[in-house]
Amino acid sequence: MTELLERRDYGALIRPTEVHGSLYTSEEIFRDELARIWYTTWVFVGHESEVAHPNDYVRKKLGPQDVIMTRDRDGQVHLLLNRCAHRGNQVCEDERGNSSSFRCPYHGWTYRNTGELLGYPFNRGYGGKGALEQRLALGRVPRVDSCQGFVFGSFAADGPSLAEHLGAAAGELDRLARLSPEGRVELTAGWLKHQTRANWKLLAENETDGYHPQFVHGSIFSVTDSPIGALYSDKSAAVTRDLGGGHSENDLRPEFRKFGQPMRWFGTTEQRVPEYVAAMRQAYGADAEQILVEGGPHVMIFPNLFVAEIQVFNIQPVAPGECVQYVTAVQFAGGRELNRRVVSQSIGSVGPAGMLLADDTEMYERNQAGLAARSPEWLDVSRGLVREAVDADGHPVGTATDEVGIRGFWAHYRALMEAE
Amino acid sequence: MSDEVTRAEAEEFLYLEARLADESDYDGWEALWTDDAIYWVPAGRADADPQAEVSVIYDNRNRIATRLNQLRTGKRYAQSPASNLRRLISNVEILGRDDRGDTEVGANFLLLESRPRGLQLWGGRTTYRLRRTADGLRLSYKKVVLVNLDEPLPTLGFLI
Repeated sequence: MTELLERRDYGALIRPTEVHGSLYTSEEIFRDELARIWYTTWVFVGHESEVAHPNDYVRKKLGPQDVIMTRDRDGQVHLLLNRCAHRGNQVCEDERGNSSSFRCPYHGWTYRNTGELLGYPFNRGYGGKGALEQRLALGRVPRVDSCQGFVFGSFAADGPSLAEHLGAAAGELDRLARLSPEGRVELTAGWLKHQTRANWKLLAENETDGYHPQFVHGSIFSVTDSPIGALYSDKSAAVTRDLGGGHSENDLRPEFRKFGQPMRWFGTTEQRVPEYVAAMRQAYGADAEQILVEGGPHVMIFPNLFVAEIQVFNIQPVAPGECVQYVTAVQFAGGRELNRRVVSQSIGSVGPAGMLLADDTEMYERNQAGLAARSPEWLDVSRGLVREAVDADGHPVGTATDEVGIRGFWAHYRALMEAE
Repeated sequence: MSDEVTRAEAEEFLYLEARLADESDYDGWEALWTDDAIYWVPAGRADADPQAEVSVIYDNRNRIATRLNQLRTGKRYAQSPASNLRRLISNVEILGRDDRGDTEVGANFLLLESRPRGLQLWGGRTTYRLRRTADGLRLSYKKVVLVNLDEPLPTLGFLI
């Protein structure tokens, strides 16, 4: 085993039904992941609505990298690295704001919000104005693209397009947007930042693991008569789907269709949100019933975007045993009546004190601690293989509690880690 | 309008509330709240709108009860086993009265939390609103502004 680790033979560390524990703990593997995943593939960074107006900016993370998401005066979104081209100082200190330029506090170098160098004081020291502008600029994430306003960055100058990366998962973001009467979501409710002493992959795997809710969340289900537990039981009609590309979902629609009640997916009835339901029927006509019955997606988009019906999670790694979960409440354009409830439900559920996510996070951290044990060296990911099927679109599917999504995650992870 | 709460009365109440929270005495702590209570721990910035932006905690009285009921199951894993806690409260000031006649009190706090994860230091400024009732002082509002409310926070499973 030591030899496999030293060679970092990912084909040997990742087997069809088990994965090696070192994948969650090794410093060397974490460094490989930064190079082959976080600094290569498309990573979720933020949402266009966070920089709604020309010259808005907000600071974000792309892996351990500190980036500034800006919207220039022409409306284009950029991801700039927060590092002056002169001495490497950070050029942006504020969390967010509106400015067409950034001025480094150290020697006063100034950059446009597209990254280009505008000026440097006492420029005769460099031979006058125009001497450096062609040569120096802020670092840029070379490829930036978006889907339903979700902004992704890729540090690879070439490679699959965002559409190719998202594949079938793009349809899940479309489903989310269709819950807005205006067909548009906004991430404007602020972000909870939850420090997590666990490897980022434990989170990515857990997001569509329908096996754990009855156990980890039994405490809150039992005191609130929550219907969520039943979604993830042996009796549930919901399915877990490997969407390809490392993406996976818990497709809860079959369960909600059984009841056929609008807004049941949100744990309420249409009478409680009449304005929202009316606006949806106005906007979508005959399609509205289906949208209101089926609800939002529960999808993990590789490597770090998790949409949990009404919340969006942005998972960013810090170290092998540490990551941060950034989470916000989705706001549906034109859905004001619903949006306040989404904020309230989200505060109750997620973040450091959330009645769901604090317990998930406790599991992540105990899981990370447990992985320090010397044996058994492997984690089992075989659940549901005995009954796995392939759906009409060619995606592997299992029941609500099967580990289909986890196996899909590892297949894609392995492909990226072994890529030349 | 009833008499204003004195600083000595306020301190006595704050220390009681702190001890019940430190000792995870859920019944004793729950009994301190009024029926219209708000328990708020903002995230990001202290003046965020809790109706429109996410908070770490924004509980009305019903949700305080739900939170405590979850803790009482013993399977709220983020707090099972319970953290070992002790907090110091200082800089207590009477800030005035609100339009319901409740006395607003400000105080700073430092809190040590010990869990298997390690020793965690929490600190900040708390605003309390205290109401005189037939049963003595009760808490109608508690807002806890952490000094690091804009930074990533570890799990906060205990009563802060």
